[in-house]
Amino acid sequence: MAPKQRNAAAHSSTTTSSIAAAPSAAATAPPSSAPVAVPKSAIAKTTHAGSTQSWDKIVSNVLTHYLDTTPQRTKLLDAFMAFLVAVGALQFLYCILAGNYPFNAFLSGFAATVGQFVLTASLRIQTTEANKGDFPSVSPERAFADYVVCSLILHFFCVNFIN
Amino acid sequence: MSAEPLQGLASVGKGQSTRGLLRVIILALIAGAAISSRLFSVIRFESIIHEFDPWFNFRATKYLVANGFYNFWDWFDDRTWHPLGRVTGGTLYPGLMVTSGVIYHALRALTIPVDIRNICVLLAPAFSGLTAWAAYLLTNEMTPSSSAGLLAALFMGIAPGYISRSVAGSYDNEAIAIFLLVFTFYLWIKALKQGSMLWGALCALFYGYMVASWGGYAFITCLLPLHAFVLICMGRYSTRLYVAYTTWYALGTLASMQIPFVGFLPVKTSEHMPALGIFGFLQLLAFLDYVRSAIPSRQFQTFLWLFAGGTFGLGLLGLVIATSAGFIAPWSGRFYSLWDTGYAKIHIPIIASVSEHQPTAWPAFFFDLNMLIWLFPVGVYLCFQQLADEHVFIVVYALFGSYFAGVMVRLMLTLTPVVCVAAAMAVSALLDTYLSAKSPKPQETQAADGSEGKKAVKSGLRSTGKPVVGVYGLWGKSMMVSALAVYLLVFVLHCTWVTSNAYSSPSVVLASRLPDGSQHIIDDYREAYQWLRQNTHEDAKIMSWWDYGYQIGGMADRPTLVDNNTWNNTHIATVGKAMSSREEVSYPIMRQHEVDYVLVVFGGLLGYSGDDINKFLWMVRIAEGIWPDEVSERAFFTPRGEYRVDGEATETMKNSLMYKMSYYNYNNLFPPGQAVDRMRGARLPEVGPNLNTLEEAFTSENWIIRIYKVKDLDNLGRDHASAAAFDRGHKKKKVTKRKGPRVLRVD
Repeated sequence: MAPKQRNAAAHSSTTTSSIAAAPSAAATAPPSSAPVAVPKSAIAKTTHAGSTQSWDKIVSNVLTHYLDTTPQRTKLLDAFMAFLVAVGALQFLYCILAGNYPFNAFLSGFAATVGQFVLTASLRIQTTEANKGDFPSVSPERAFADYVVCSLILHFFCVNFIN
Repeated sequence: MSAEPLQGLASVGKGQSTRGLLRVIILALIAGAAISSRLFSVIRFESIIHEFDPWFNFRATKYLVANGFYNFWDWFDDRTWHPLGRVTGGTLYPGLMVTSGVIYHALRALTIPVDIRNICVLLAPAFSGLTAWAAYLLTNEMTPSSSAGLLAALFMGIAPGYISRSVAGSYDNEAIAIFLLVFTFYLWIKALKQGSMLWGALCALFYGYMVASWGGYAFITCLLPLHAFVLICMGRYSTRLYVAYTTWYALGTLASMQIPFVGFLPVKTSEHMPALGIFGFLQLLAFLDYVRSAIPSRQFQTFLWLFAGGTFGLGLLGLVIATSAGFIAPWSGRFYSLWDTGYAKIHIPIIASVSEHQPTAWPAFFFDLNMLIWLFPVGVYLCFQQLADEHVFIVVYALFGSYFAGVMVRLMLTLTPVVCVAAAMAVSALLDTYLSAKSPKPQETQAADGSEGKKAVKSGLRSTGKPVVGVYGLWGKSMMVSALAVYLLVFVLHCTWVTSNAYSSPSVVLASRLPDGSQHIIDDYREAYQWLRQNTHEDAKIMSWWDYGYQIGGMADRPTLVDNNTWNNTHIATVGKAMSSREEVSYPIMRQHEVDYVLVVFGGLLGYSGDDINKFLWMVRIAEGIWPDEVSERAFFTPRGEYRVDGEATETMKNSLMYKMSYYNYNNLFPPGQAVDRMRGARLPEVGPNLNTLEEAFTSENWIIRIYKVKDLDNLGRDHASAAAFDRGHKKKKVTKRKGPRVLRVD
């Protein structure tokens, strides 16, 4: 749990600085950055430049939104999900590079990360305030209990399958 | 003290708990009706396992009970598919056997000693009661009307489409699989409605149980993603869908991979790819959903186009590459035959030869579902009217199920639940409308209409009020209700009649009526299998067409060459070749496979249609698929294209081992020259066929089963034909010698 927490903490520490910077950047960036961008990609088409620009904007907008509205606990969940994605990607990479010989083991390992990711995502969705209307019968406590039960089932199957 | 009971009595029939109690009682009665209507076969005949596949399941269950779970899991069976054997533990769906094993041990623990055979015989009826309950639950999710659920339970309990596979003694995978199918669908709807992980996990668990029980699990694997996909296309993506689907898929796929027979199929075959695709698609959607809430809509549109287009292209490319590179197996043959009904007949005769894989005939729908089949569209229409997420499920299921039921006879089974649910919704909608005796007075409706009605009352003009629309006369209502009641009664009669006449025959034991109307039991199968059990060596190999493999294994307990688990087409084709070739060709094949006895089924004396001569063309076709230059189907037809067994049959037909074994000695039963095959209505030639390499060992009472012993090599080193000719007293050398002088004398 420790590395994850550290990860989350690092996240939040970087966030505070960028939160402060973000609104001002969002407000001032478009007029100032456009002249800068055009000379740089003078050969490239203007539409291309425009799309990259809007990409920048989209990404920065999403980031600010995330940092603004996500409570600390949910960020923990997100860190865990990022960790799972990393582990899953590593396993997949290993499978591609070194072969999938104990296919059972690879499958159950990979399925464990994917399943846990999905379950965590579900927990995250169910506990988010904005989604409360979608789940009239699922309280956050119930969501967590469900999460634990489902994880137990998942890992039982994985251990049984891993050979 | 005395006032309380009185008050309690007064509230009877109104309270919630009373209704609940009534519902439980009704459900119990429905379950009782479902179980008892399946007991015809036990009452008519006896407590016996039916047909073909159940015999294998029964044998496997006995093995499980005798040797324990782990031995069962690792069971290598050397008494089938001689000389190959079969990894039985890894190539069966263990759900059924394990279920009855658990019931057996549970009853033993309760000190109720029940024979395992009786558990196997009665398992299907018991589960049909549970299926009725599951149909009740599923229907209750669809409509607020409580009568619909009970009607659905009733329909499910007695619909012949389901009874056909679940009478007592029909100990097959479908016996428990239909319950699991309906219950999984119920859990799915529940999970989707609540968006709950727990229900999703339960759905996955029952899906896993279903995978362990029946190959038809692919139906769920395709239907749930299809439902999700349709919902997404309708713009109904919700976080509930995400939670329910991803939980089901992540857990369910893992659960399905626990079964050795399924193994890696869920990640390797194309049948399972839609589920995986929707799973990935939902992840994207969830991400997009989050992004949409984060940024203004204008930016989101550009983002969406770039992102979705790119991902879709990448995914498609990846799938194509993976399929062409062989990582994902293309669709299996049985699956192709679902799209193109002619496919199997051309490419895989072994699949087409099974009667339950044939396309359904139209009358079968009415025969199996009776009035439900015309109530079914009404129910689907009602679903369209409401069209919440769960109603979309019924619509999708109805379309999908109807198509597949039209393609394959046995998939009628998967259609039946949705027909029952939809029809129950239709009937209950009708009943709810016409059974309420209340007829609203015009003023009441006006009052209920709100402001407009009030205005009308104020103005005092009746004519300006809205006219009351609907049937409110007592006469019309009672007409409608009584018509429905008659239909329902006729439905019950039809179901009982079909069950008793069409679906309750064990097919191991045949029944016929004597001229005086009393029942006559024809028990040739068991007679012959008992003969094998008592008169042959324990390891004597029996060759027969694959239909009888499971029965020989189960009843006679003798090793067989091929059986109903048609996993090795070549081996079956070998047997087909031996049956359809001349004796000189067949004998080496039989020697190579160490065959001791050959068993054929012959219906000519009794007029029994399911005999080997009628199946013979499939043997020829399957053999021709492997040895096209040695066996030719055309050679079995007369020049006019007829399939004949009488004197005008082709030489190939007359010389084939199957023909000889069927008609050997048959003409001795009749006066000379009058031998008749009653099944095919053919007059047989005066001289019957000769058998050189086989000798008749046993023929059952009605000649249905004939068993031949394969002769050993001749002691004097002659070939069998000349040895047999010598035994018959022919001295063929002299015949040729005489010809010489006779020619001279003519000159």
